[in-house]
Amino acid sequence: MNKGSDTLVNLALAWAEKYHELHSEVEISVTGGGSGTGIAALINRTVDIANASRQITSGETQQAKANGGNPVEFVVAKDAIAIIVNLDNHVDQLTLKQLSDIYSGKIRNWSEVGGEDRVIVRLSRETNSGTHVFFLENVIRMGNSNDKTLFSTDTLLLPSSEGITSETRDNPNTIGYDGLGYVTPEVKVIAVARDASSPFVLPSADSVNSGQYPIARDLYMYTNDQPTGVIADYINWIMSAEAQVIVTQLGFVPITPP
Amino acid sequence: MTKSWNEFILDWLIKISGYSAIIFVALIFYFLLHEGLPTLSEVSVTNLLSLRWYPIEDYFGILPLIGGSLLVTVGAALFAIPIGLCTAIFIAEVSPRWAREILKPLVEILGGIPSVVLGFLGILILAPSLRRIFDLPTGLTALAGSILLGGIAIPTIVSVAEDALDSVPRSYRDASLALGATEWQTIWRVTLPAARSGVLTAIMLGIGRAIGETMAVMMVTGNAPVIPLKLNSIISPVRTMTATIAAEMGEVAKNSTHYHVLFFIGLVLFVISLGINIAASAAALRQRQRAERILS
Repeated sequence: MNKGSDTLVNLALAWAEKYHELHSEVEISVTGGGSGTGIAALINRTVDIANASRQITSGETQQAKANGGNPVEFVVAKDAIAIIVNLDNHVDQLTLKQLSDIYSGKIRNWSEVGGEDRVIVRLSRETNSGTHVFFLENVIRMGNSNDKTLFSTDTLLLPSSEGITSETRDNPNTIGYDGLGYVTPEVKVIAVARDASSPFVLPSADSVNSGQYPIARDLYMYTNDQPTGVIADYINWIMSAEAQVIVTQLGFVPITPP
Repeated sequence: MTKSWNEFILDWLIKISGYSAIIFVALIFYFLLHEGLPTLSEVSVTNLLSLRWYPIEDYFGILPLIGGSLLVTVGAALFAIPIGLCTAIFIAEVSPRWAREILKPLVEILGGIPSVVLGFLGILILAPSLRRIFDLPTGLTALAGSILLGGIAIPTIVSVAEDALDSVPRSYRDASLALGATEWQTIWRVTLPAARSGVLTAIMLGIGRAIGETMAVMMVTGNAPVIPLKLNSIISPVRTMTATIAAEMGEVAKNSTHYHVLFFIGLVLFVISLGINIAASAAALRQRQRAERILS
């Protein structure tokens, strides 16, 4: 049983299907529901593996220990968000603070961040996308959970990655974001700096794995105690190059650069 | 004996299918009420009538969505009604018989194009062109939605209005022409008023098609929940009720507040289209009564 994060659910499903092809005797059932749901199920010992797009909290660890468990953490993939603009846009780099100000509506013109005198058109995924929530928490609110800043109301909410790519490709006013794996050569990727004194970094498997690129997160699997038998085999396989190829295919960043 | 038995069965089959339409509407309405009304106890009225729609942080202001739908629909009506009626008049009254035989099926084929295909054309051609022509920040606007919806509503309007015009008796036109009226005066003063209730139905069906359309609108209006109160709202992005339901229903947890609010929006949509329907049939009925009074 494998339950948790909706961000991870497609990846976990792809892994489970592939693993079932290789080892037909192993049946893995995968469900989503959110990281909290997955970890709660782990605490209640109703799942073998919990998927989470955030780290387990100390409170959750204590609850698990009170139930006789001992969560063990595995980083199984990484998720990075690329900031994209039109190829004709002269802006190459932005700080996290500038991105936050652009998306919350404080910066409304490209000239304020070193570009031409053009209105900024903000593009975002729909609110039900895991990427949307990650962007809100880590870019707009810059990781501060007490910050209640929201997206500027005139942010365009597009239903698909395709919509964001095509509007960014055609329109020189736009700024958009998307999972690193979905970025096409038709758009320009912006280098991002954590703060004004940090270097500007382009997203790549290397810069994400080294922790230099600021808009990235680890994706986790948790088990109760060190896994043994079938579950250990499965998690070892997930860490293998064969399974990490699937990570790249689904638009995430593999933990070991291919 | 067998004959009456057959008739009995047929009679009932027809009755059942007739009543089932009413029953389905009633069931849909009941379901919407059942799933949507909990909203009123879960969300405060001030929140519901606020200007911010951001459901994942419990901001449930539906006014921007209602405004977005109304703006796009009114825009679509402004495009579709004149063009649709003129096309219908041309096909029914002006064009020669052979052209009519070609044009009518062509318009009906146009009505069969899936809206998602039109949406793609909207994203790839319409929105970029609007942005260039009007020098807008983005082409994904209420205007793009209105044009696209107008295009979707036109075949409906043309088809129904043309049928209505065509069913006006030949003798009306002959009488008018014999009295010395020109062709245009005959169309404008005699044929069109005579077909009034059918034409009104055509317009309503067209508007109904427009307000309920989802896919195409979601693709081209930009979906930004901004309340459209300013003059330039038509060239700004808007978010419609239908697009909101379509975009968010798939991921929402059953029986959560957000789920109930989405059904509440469905209820609002239902009431609005019911209102349009009732208003239009009332207008048609009033005109028929007046016509009967004049004739008697």
